[in-house]
Amino acid sequence: MKVKTLSRSAETYNPTGTTAVPQPRNLNPELHPFEKAREYTRALNATKLERMFAAPFIAQLGDGHVDGVYSLTKDPRSLNVIASGSGDGEVKIWDLTERRELLTVKAHEGIVKGMCFTNMGGEDQRLLSCASDCTVKMWNPYATSNGNIPVATYLGSGAFNGVTHHRSEHTFATASSVIDIWDSSRSKPVTTLNWGADTINVVKFNQSETSILASAGTDRTLIFYDLRTSSPVTKLVTGLRTNAICWNPMEPFNLAAGNEDHNTYVFDMRKLSRALNVLKDHVAAVMDVDYSPTGEELVTGSYDRTIRIYKAREGHSRDIYHTKRMQRVFSVAFTTDTNYILSGSDDGNVRLWRAQAAARSHVRSTRERVKIEYDTALKERYKHMPEIRRIARHRHIPKTVKKAGEIKKIEEASIKRKEENERKHSKKGKTRRVPMREAMVISRE
Amino acid sequence: MATLQSPESSAPARTKKPSAPTKKSSAPTSKVQKEKTHTPEEIQEAVQQYGRGDKILFKGIKDKKLRGNLRKLEYKYRAAATNAKDAEMLLEEEKGYLEAEGMERTYKFSQKELVKAVDVATAQKGFELKLPLFGPYAIDYTRNGRYLLMGGLKGHVAAFDWRDGKLATELQLNETVRDVKWLHNEQFFAVAQKKYTYIYDYAGVEVHCLKSHIEVTNMEFLPYHFLLATVGTAGYLKYQDTSTGALVAEQRTKMGAPSSMCMNAHNAIIHVGHANGTVTLWSPNMGTPLVKMLTNRGPVRALAVDRGGHYMVTAGQDARMNIFDIRTFKEVHSYFTPTPASTLHLSDTGLLAVGWGPHVTVWKDALKTKANSPYLTHLQEATAINRVRFCPYDDILGVGHAGGFSSLIVPGSGEPNYDALEANPYETKKQRQEAEIKALLNKLQPEMIALDPNFVGKIDRATIEVLKGESEEMVRHKAQDGKLDAEVKRKQRGKNSALRRYLRKKGGKNVVDERRLKLETMMKERAKRNQGLPVTQKEELGPALARFVRGK
Repeated sequence: MKVKTLSRSAETYNPTGTTAVPQPRNLNPELHPFEKAREYTRALNATKLERMFAAPFIAQLGDGHVDGVYSLTKDPRSLNVIASGSGDGEVKIWDLTERRELLTVKAHEGIVKGMCFTNMGGEDQRLLSCASDCTVKMWNPYATSNGNIPVATYLGSGAFNGVTHHRSEHTFATASSVIDIWDSSRSKPVTTLNWGADTINVVKFNQSETSILASAGTDRTLIFYDLRTSSPVTKLVTGLRTNAICWNPMEPFNLAAGNEDHNTYVFDMRKLSRALNVLKDHVAAVMDVDYSPTGEELVTGSYDRTIRIYKAREGHSRDIYHTKRMQRVFSVAFTTDTNYILSGSDDGNVRLWRAQAAARSHVRSTRERVKIEYDTALKERYKHMPEIRRIARHRHIPKTVKKAGEIKKIEEASIKRKEENERKHSKKGKTRRVPMREAMVISRE
Repeated sequence: MATLQSPESSAPARTKKPSAPTKKSSAPTSKVQKEKTHTPEEIQEAVQQYGRGDKILFKGIKDKKLRGNLRKLEYKYRAAATNAKDAEMLLEEEKGYLEAEGMERTYKFSQKELVKAVDVATAQKGFELKLPLFGPYAIDYTRNGRYLLMGGLKGHVAAFDWRDGKLATELQLNETVRDVKWLHNEQFFAVAQKKYTYIYDYAGVEVHCLKSHIEVTNMEFLPYHFLLATVGTAGYLKYQDTSTGALVAEQRTKMGAPSSMCMNAHNAIIHVGHANGTVTLWSPNMGTPLVKMLTNRGPVRALAVDRGGHYMVTAGQDARMNIFDIRTFKEVHSYFTPTPASTLHLSDTGLLAVGWGPHVTVWKDALKTKANSPYLTHLQEATAINRVRFCPYDDILGVGHAGGFSSLIVPGSGEPNYDALEANPYETKKQRQEAEIKALLNKLQPEMIALDPNFVGKIDRATIEVLKGESEEMVRHKAQDGKLDAEVKRKQRGKNSALRRYLRKKGGKNVVDERRLKLETMMKERAKRNQGLPVTQKEELGPALARFVRGK
C-alpha cells in the first residue's frame, strides 16, 4: 500500500507568536466562482465610492478680487505661482501652496484683459499685463521690494485685449484692433499685423512651433500668422466668434478654440477644413479654455456659470464643476502639475478645484495605491454596464443649466428635423449632411 | 481577484527560470533583451487551464484602433494565463493518494489499515463519535473545513472545531431536527426544526426564528449571495437573505415534498429532487424551474454536483446512480447501488461518496469515465448512513449516521492548496472578521444567479425581436403583479355619469322635450366616441372634404 494524505502543519500556516500570517493563493478558477459577477459588484462599489468622495472644490484663493476676475495666467516655470487680473485694474500674484497673495498691485485703470508670464525663468521671469487703458506693463513677480512698480510700461494706440509672450525670445504680441509684435527692450511695436478684423480678442503664441501665432477676432475669424515672414498663413471664418484659444502643449499643431456657440473646437493647424473634435455640453458661450500640461484633458469656463472638464479625444465633458456663488466664469487654468484647476469668475473669486473630483493628494500607502489602481481598472472594464454608467455619469447641476440644456436639446432636434424634411423633399444627393465638425467652418483663406 | 494578476504572484516564478547569461559589456541602461520564457505548448496549456474563453479573432477587423486594443487585450489575457501557470510553482502542498501494490485492491483497505499506514496527525483525524440516542445525524462542514455541525433527528445539535476537539456549542432542542447548515462562517448556523427554521450563533443562542420557513427538510447556503435556500414538505423553495433578513424569493415547486436538494457551487443554482424521479433546477429569479430533467424511475433520494459545475450525480429509489453532464443535460454513465443510496457528495478533487444502507462507497474517476470498481469502501455496522460530506481542504469524509458520526480518512479527496482570500482553514479571528466585511461588500445580488454565471457584462446576442418580446413579457408580468392590467380588471366605467343620472332620474321618462333630445344625442355621440367611431359628419368625410360640410 502506498498512501499519502494531506497533512499541513499548523505551525507553517498559522505560526504562533506572530501576526504575519502567510496567505497562500491558488489561482485555479474553480476556487474562485462567480468571478465576473464579483468583479462587477466591486466595480459598482468602486464607482459608488468615487461619487461619494467627489468633492471638487478645495478653496478660494485669499479674499479674491473686488471686481470680477477676467484674466488668469500661470507661470510655466513654476508649480505654484499664478497671477490673476480683475476688472478694476488690479493684478494679484498668488502662491498656490499657501493659498495667499504674494503681490497685489493696482496695475491699470481699466479691465485687465490679458496677462502672461515671460518664459525666461529664474531671475528674469516677468509678468506682462495688458488692459483697456492702452498700456502693457511688465512686472517682476518675484521681487522682494518695489514689486508694485512696473519694470516697464508699453503704450499702445488702442485698448488691449490680450498679450502673449514668445517661448524663447524677448518678444511678445498684443491684441487690440491690430496685432502688435513688441520687442521688450523697445517702447514701440516692431511689427503690426492686421487682416480685416476690427478688434482682436485673443492672441496666443505656439510654445513649441515658436514663431506661429494664432489670433481670434470679433469678425468671427481665426487667423494664423508666421513671424518668420511677418505674414498671415491662414484665415478661418467660423459660425460665431472665438473667445479663447489654447495650443495643445504636447501636440503643437493642435489648438482648442472656445467658441461663442457653446462649443469648443479642436483644430489641427495643418488641416483646417474640419475640426478634429467638437467638445459640447456647455449651455452658454465658452469664455476660456486651457489644456492640461499632458495635453490629455481640457478645462473650459463658460458664461453659464460652470466649468467643464473634457478628455481631449471625447466629445462630451467628463465632469462639471459649479457652486452656488460662482458667477460667469471668464478664466480657467490647469495648474502645471495637472492635479488642480483654477477658475476666475465674475464674482471676484479665484477658485481652486481638484482636476479629479474624487482624488485626494495625501501620500498613499502601497495598499491604498494598489487598491486605487485595481478600482480604476475595474471601473474601466465595466464602464459600459448600464448601472455603472448611470452612477458614474450622474451629476447634480444647477436648475437653470439643466433647463437650458433641455431647451437646447429641443432646439437642436427641431433644426435637425427641419433639415431632414428639406432633404426628404429635395433631389437626392443635393443636400449633403454636414458633419458638426465641418459645419462651423464658413470659409477659409 | 482571479482575473487580474498581481505582479508579485509571478515574480518569484520568473526568478526560478534559468536566465540567459548576461553580457558583461552591455551598458547599464541598454535595452533589456526579452527572454522567451514560454514555449507555444506551455502557453496553450496555460490558456487551457487559466484562460477565460475563446480567443478574439482580431485579424479581420478593419478598424485600426479597435484591432490594436483587442490585440493588446488578447496579449494581456495570455500573459495573465501564463503568469497564473507560473505561479503554480508556489503551491506548497500536493494531493494525497492511495495506491494498491500487487494483488491488493484499494477498496479492500479498511479504515483500520489506513489509520496504521498514515502519519500520526492524519490518523488522529479519523475518529468516531458514538451517539446512538439522538441519531440519525445530519452534518455540515464550514466552507474552510474547520468546524463541524451535527444535528440529530431527535434534537441534539453540536458545533465544534473538529481537529482540535473544541466544542463550540451543544444544544438539546427537544424537537425534530431535519437539517443543519452553517451560514457564511462559523459564527452562525441554521437548524431546520419541527416547524420553523432557526438561526443560532456560535454560542448556541437562538438569534432568529424564520417563521416563513415551515417544516423545512433540506437547506443550502449560497455564500456569495448570502442566501439561505430551504425547501420544506409543502414543496416551497424559499430564499432568505441572511445579511438583510429579507425573504428574496418564494418558488412553488408544485411537486410535493422534495426528496433531496443540493446546490451547484459553480452557479448557485439549486437542484431539487422530487418523488416522481425528476430533478428541477431553480434560481430565485424565475417562478418556473430553469430545467426539469427526468433522472430516475422513482424518487430521487440524493443529489450532488461537482465543484466546477460540470457533472450532477443523482441516486434514486430505483437503485440507480446516474451521472449527468449539466452543460448538455445528458446522461453520461449509470451505476448500480445494491440498495437505494441515501446520500451523495462530491469532493473538490472529484471523488464521489455514496452512502447506502450501512455502507459508504467512495468512487474515483467515476464521472468522466465509467469506473469498474470503487476506490474505497466502508461498512458502518448496524446503522444507516444519513449524510456523507467531504471535509473541504482535507482528506477526510464525514459520515453522519444513526449511531453518531464517523470521520473517515480518504486520501486524495481534499483540495491541497487553499486560497486564503476565499476560504482559509487556518484563519485568525482578525482575518475572519475582515473576510466577513469583504464578503458583505462584495455580496452578489440574487438577480445575478443564472445557469451561466459569467453572463454579467456579456452582450445579449438574441435578435431584436426576441429581446423586444422579453421586455414586453416583463412589462406584462409587472402589470399583472400590480393589478394594473386593464384586461384583468374590467371595471364598468361610466355607469353613473352626470348625464346618465339626469336622464335616469330627473327627466320624466315620457316627457320628450328639447332638452332631453339634446341630452340623448350627446349620449349617443359619447357612446360612439367610446367605440372609436367618428362623431360628426365632418370627421366621417375626412380632412379634405370636411371643409364643405355646413356648420350648424
